[in-house]
Amino acid sequence: MDMKQAKRVEIIIEAVMERRVGQVLTEAGVTGFTMLPVLGGSGRSGHWTREGGVGRASGMIAVICLCAPHRLDRLLDALFPVLTDHIGVVSVTDTQILRAERF
Amino acid sequence: MDLILTLAGQNLLSPVILFFALGVAAALARSDLSFPEAIAKGMSLYLLFAIGFKGGASVASHGMDPGLVLAVLGGVVLSFALPFVAYGLLRAMAPRVSVLDAAAVAGHYGSISIVTFVALSAMLTAQGIPAEGYMIAVAAAMEAPAIVSALWLATRGGKSGGTGGAPGTELWREILLNGSIVLLLGSFFIGVISGERGMADLEPFIVTPFKGVLALFLLDMGLVAGRELRAARGVVTLRIVGFGLSMPLIGAAAGLGMGALLGLSAGGIAALTTLAASASYIAVPAAMRVALPRANPALYLSLALGITFPFNLTLGLPLYVALASAIAGG
Repeated sequence: MDMKQAKRVEIIIEAVMERRVGQVLTEAGVTGFTMLPVLGGSGRSGHWTREGGVGRASGMIAVICLCAPHRLDRLLDALFPVLTDHIGVVSVTDTQILRAERF
Repeated sequence: MDLILTLAGQNLLSPVILFFALGVAAALARSDLSFPEAIAKGMSLYLLFAIGFKGGASVASHGMDPGLVLAVLGGVVLSFALPFVAYGLLRAMAPRVSVLDAAAVAGHYGSISIVTFVALSAMLTAQGIPAEGYMIAVAAAMEAPAIVSALWLATRGGKSGGTGGAPGTELWREILLNGSIVLLLGSFFIGVISGERGMADLEPFIVTPFKGVLALFLLDMGLVAGRELRAARGVVTLRIVGFGLSMPLIGAAAGLGMGALLGLSAGGIAALTTLAASASYIAVPAAMRVALPRANPALYLSLALGITFPFNLTLGLPLYVALASAIAGG
């Protein structure tokens, strides 16, 4: 199987920033990404859960995107100003992908 | 006084409030009772849909009242003005609260809690006190102006806490097109257009099950409020609690005055009083996360949801209805 090296960027961020993060990723040339709801967690502000919540203020989402290694710096540079004041975590891991021409 | 005590007694023993109390108690006791987010959202959508449609149908059956425009304007003025009062009061009562946090909190107290308004509507219906149907439109109009005042208060000190990522469009979308506003106003206008015939069509769905859904939703809100109360321990001091209990009364006084000035009915005055006394915990917190991300969300959510909402629901509403009845009757 022909596997290629890629970067997997995982962004856990406040749900209110969903649209803005999607816009930044697209502008940085990352046209494919996945957004997932986050059920709850724990951080500097303590434990939290989305159960029973109706507003978006305290919700978080996970954004996962795969990109070619040479696109990573541009992506992180674009993301930083959006994420800097908000609650969230960004992690980057090395991964391997099939059908590299799609990224 | 007798009326206040009677209403308070009836209110505290109503299933809606008892379910809310059950939710708070369960959360404080760390029970695993919880509602999936999707069900909670579904119930809130149902309540907004029902209350909006009923308000519109009521306007259609009574005819378009010229008082609508004045009432909306009165609500907008209150929403713009109350954050300044809340800001001054919070800074005076708790000087350690930062300018940014005080501005964010102030925005919540100028805006409205639609669930408190829904609970008031159920109470007015139970008491046989009619209110102007267009108070729904007033509620919708009061959501956004307070956010503008809060942002002005925050940026005045040069502490916008902005995202650095041009949040302007995002913010305005969050303020003006948030789902609650769109559904509430949309249902209201559909109610106005379809009138009594539309009401007859939807009545089995939006009238009979309404109280049951409200009770279930308030059980969920009790759980959320209880969780906020638990989280508030490290954030909220006694002085801040004092603010959370006194600000609704100040807002209520302003709402009573405005309602009387506008010549609203007893139900209408009670509605405007409740709107002015309540604090937002759906629309404004989301807007504040976009516009003022450095403001502490634990502070404004704990205040609006953990302190002011339970106060209004249990003691505030009977007080506001009794005062509104006294003013309209006198």
